[in-house]
Amino acid sequence: MTDPGDGAGRTVDVVVIGGGHCGLAMSHALSRRSVDHVVIERGEVANAWRTERWDSLRLLTPNWMCRLPGQCYDGGEPDGFMRATDVAAFLARYATRMRVPVVTHTTVQRVAPASGGYVVRTDRGDWSCRAVVLASGACSLPAVPRLAADLPASVTQLTARDYRRPADLPPGGVLVAGASATGLQLALEIRRSGRPVLLATGEHVRMPRLYRGRDVQWWLLASGVLDQRIEDMDDPVRARRLPSPQLVGSDERMALDLNIVQRDGVEVCGRLAGVRRNRALFSGSLHNVCALADLKMNRLLDTFDTWARAQGLDAEIGALERFEPTSVAASPRLGAELGREVCTIVWATGYRPDFRWLDVPVFDRRDELRHDRGVVDAPGLYVLGLPFLRRRKSSFIHGAEADVNEIAAHLFEHLEHIAGALC
Amino acid sequence: MTNPAPTRRADNGVNVDALLTARAALTDAPEGAQFKWRATSHWMNGTHSRATVDGFFGLGAEQRHRRSFEFDSDHPEIFAATDNGATPVEYVLVGLAGCLSAGIASVAQNRNIQLHSVRATLEAGMDLQGVLGIDEHVRNGFDGIKVHYEIDADATPEQIAALVAQSQKRSAVFDIIANPTDVTVTTSKA
Repeated sequence: MTDPGDGAGRTVDVVVIGGGHCGLAMSHALSRRSVDHVVIERGEVANAWRTERWDSLRLLTPNWMCRLPGQCYDGGEPDGFMRATDVAAFLARYATRMRVPVVTHTTVQRVAPASGGYVVRTDRGDWSCRAVVLASGACSLPAVPRLAADLPASVTQLTARDYRRPADLPPGGVLVAGASATGLQLALEIRRSGRPVLLATGEHVRMPRLYRGRDVQWWLLASGVLDQRIEDMDDPVRARRLPSPQLVGSDERMALDLNIVQRDGVEVCGRLAGVRRNRALFSGSLHNVCALADLKMNRLLDTFDTWARAQGLDAEIGALERFEPTSVAASPRLGAELGREVCTIVWATGYRPDFRWLDVPVFDRRDELRHDRGVVDAPGLYVLGLPFLRRRKSSFIHGAEADVNEIAAHLFEHLEHIAGALC
Repeated sequence: MTNPAPTRRADNGVNVDALLTARAALTDAPEGAQFKWRATSHWMNGTHSRATVDGFFGLGAEQRHRRSFEFDSDHPEIFAATDNGATPVEYVLVGLAGCLSAGIASVAQNRNIQLHSVRATLEAGMDLQGVLGIDEHVRNGFDGIKVHYEIDADATPEQIAALVAQSQKRSAVFDIIANPTDVTVTTSKA
């Protein structure tokens, strides 16, 4: 590991912020071109995987898909699913093997333009550089809806980032807000711990774990869905905001959907739409969001079937399947008493990146980073790892390689351009 | 589903290009997207009122409908009323149907699906023990709304279901009914 040289100003060509899978993959690309760079990491490599995940979490992708540039999965369980600690170990091994110049336990406080590039201020000294790659991830801050502020103090609130295990929750009923992979997984394990659980469900993405005998991630990858490019999407904004599909990684390769959690006693209700005094109010749109998710799942399965037929695969894989429509109570509940029926709310409402330290005028009116597929609207500034940054797989571990190759090519050109201008 | 020539454009009478242009323009100028919808109402007699809709605010300026529209609301004779118009709760169903059907036509146009007929049937349950104050545990409003769409279009049943689902997702009245809305009523002496 590079000696950060506490307090002293240092100069490199490129500073990569974040020692997760994207930052490490970018470092690999920079090293191959012998570009002088450093990866700044606030904790250890794969910090979020070590410190910000619940105990039972496993990746949504099978092990055989977990690969980085120059590193395939080489373990003995290609169809298994890594735990967070496994991911952290996988990334740490990669960093060591690729001799990634990581400066650990160093927190970036400010990135600002400077002559010839940027200055990156950290709690352990400044770095001057010609380019910066933002690889601090898409999941830095839990995205909690504004109405959280209206909740009475009698309700304990926590986010999926802070949640660890059901036993830590206060006694009483739990409302899990959000029906993504996270929301369903937490609702199910909290319910199985013996608590009454309500699951507030807005728009969601339903997907089987196994389809026609193969993992759905195999279908998504093989049929080209994961390689779809953002510029080919009709509605790129929506494509980037899609919640994670209702999946869980487990040894049994179990499916996870609203029917399954309901069979275990989770009560599914509409999106949390408001708070009135001591009452949570749920949207009356549950039937429609479930109908939308079923329709979209069936369209996706149609895409798979069409592809498999065209590839001549019908003989070697399982028969066509269609799944039970989502079952919704005839009159789903529209409210719950806070402090009585609901003592805890777990926010599984997604995440957003944290660029508060980025002191460069590159934010739009919604405070979102202005960038074109990772090339930020300021010379020599790049971002990696955001959902659907360039391709549907952009935020996956295996999706880093293709994005890094393209963004690194742009970055190399930028460095050459500056070098040329200086001559 | 018939196989229309790929070049044929569906025509449902919706100017989708204008809608998409407006969407792009209002994305860049969100202040133009701030609208105010208005109605005035005069009590006639008994449970009979007459409401008028003519102006609204939007795109940064006062706007007018092509003409004024009047709506009589009353209660039926079984409530010993004069039945000069639909009941106010029926107007809610009228609003929902109008909003969803407009959405269906627009989404169909955008997806190049030709509609031939769109027929909605709406029914809302209500327990009068609420409004009459007989049982405080019964709400005043609907206990649920059922909407059924019968649609003839050059599309598969799945495509038709998707049209109706997308229309609900984008519907203002669906949102107003399905989600809480703050209502503030003030008074003054004339």
